[in-house]
Amino acid sequence: MDDLIKYAPDLLAGFLKNVQLSAVCAVLSLILGTVLVSMRVSPTPVLRAAGTAYVNIVRNTPLTLVLAFSALGLSDTLDVTFSDDPGSNSFWLVVLGLSLYTATFVCEALRSGINTVPMGQAEAARAIGLTFLQSLTMIILPQAFRAVIAPLGSVIIAMIKNTTVAIAAGYLAESAFVMKDTFDDTGVSIPIFLGIVVAFMIITLPIGFLTGWLANRLAVAR
Amino acid sequence: MTENGDATPLVVLEGVDKHFGSLHVLRDINLTISRGEVLVVIGPSGGGKSTLCRAINRLESIDGGTILFDGRPLPEEGKALARLRSEVGMVFQSFNLFAHKTILENVTLGPIKVRGVAKAQAEQRGMELLERVGIGAQAAKYPAQLSGGQQQRVAIARALAMDPKMILFDEPTSALDPEMVQEVLDVMIGLARDGMTMMVVTHEMGFARRAANRVVFMAEGQIVEENTPDEFFTNARTDRAKDFLSKILTH
Repeated sequence: MDDLIKYAPDLLAGFLKNVQLSAVCAVLSLILGTVLVSMRVSPTPVLRAAGTAYVNIVRNTPLTLVLAFSALGLSDTLDVTFSDDPGSNSFWLVVLGLSLYTATFVCEALRSGINTVPMGQAEAARAIGLTFLQSLTMIILPQAFRAVIAPLGSVIIAMIKNTTVAIAAGYLAESAFVMKDTFDDTGVSIPIFLGIVVAFMIITLPIGFLTGWLANRLAVAR
Repeated sequence: MTENGDATPLVVLEGVDKHFGSLHVLRDINLTISRGEVLVVIGPSGGGKSTLCRAINRLESIDGGTILFDGRPLPEEGKALARLRSEVGMVFQSFNLFAHKTILENVTLGPIKVRGVAKAQAEQRGMELLERVGIGAQAAKYPAQLSGGQQQRVAIARALAMDPKMILFDEPTSALDPEMVQEVLDVMIGLARDGMTMMVVTHEMGFARRAANRVVFMAEGQIVEENTPDEFFTNARTDRAKDFLSKILTH
């Protein structure tokens, strides 16, 4: 317990990095996932094929490899850099890798949501003269989103926990790395383990409850 | 039928063919719909009535032949097709009101997003139309809170809000409880009296007799018989039509 109290400031600073990563990645992966699902249901065969290929490749690649590719492949080999500061650069490499990865799960959750929207909704939208993009954004996706709020909550919770493998992209500031670093000084400390678990649960449990509640509240009556 | 003096027909179908896989659902359909005409399409299930109706605003594509709307071939896709659809109202068997939007939003969405009408103006007109179909008091509700008959009247108001050149009705009363059929038919009869061009797929003989200018009988993907309602119901010429009528009129 003393170890937990002694190292709490460092661990908390690390955990705040997890929170920062989570916040940025959640926004980006929701946006990118929506773009991907729009491609997958679009009437243009090339867009559909590109969306399908992207989802199947990235979703089936282990996250640590996606992150390692961001750091070693993109940054070191291809010289894609976000910042001259190494810490900041690797932060954004994690954001890139984790968002690209999580977006595939957001896409597939939304696609199952689209399947819950009756065919007649899209037909009625087209019949009053809305274009494909208008029907998608005004009629189909709003209903699809409401149908998959709870599964999207699970996707976001998984993403938050996935921030703890950020070291695979060379990011050395988040709590899981700080924890291992601390163990080098203190030896393995159960209280520190549990402290970090509790910290994550303080974030993820409310997300689970909130999305469950919203799913009921916003459900579309048919 | 052409009271407004414009003699060019609104819809002309020539040699229209359509397959669903191996099923030949439309066989060499030739049909002309004049401006202001109310055309009732009648016939057994699976005879191609709905497909014909849906082909006119290209919710179904066709394999052969041509469809002219207002003198021009139907656009195949994109903005031009969206514009055509905005000029052709459609009322579905299952209403298809936008489930996540209020009744008023259902009626104003098209004018605002497709026509670019100002919101306040669209809402004023939307309320007028809802009053006209007798749903004004329900404007703030959601579709699931309304009865089937009310939903279908909203769907008619939604189609009217686009000021369409014609309205297609695809079995508009088939999904309704019997006591709600008349309220929808009354609205449709009102539209017919006001001179709206209508194509109505229906089994409602009463509506056909009271409002239709012409009845088309379809079976096995073909137009078997065309006549005035009175002639058709009392004096059908073909055996196929007589057989069909004997089954639905004897009860």
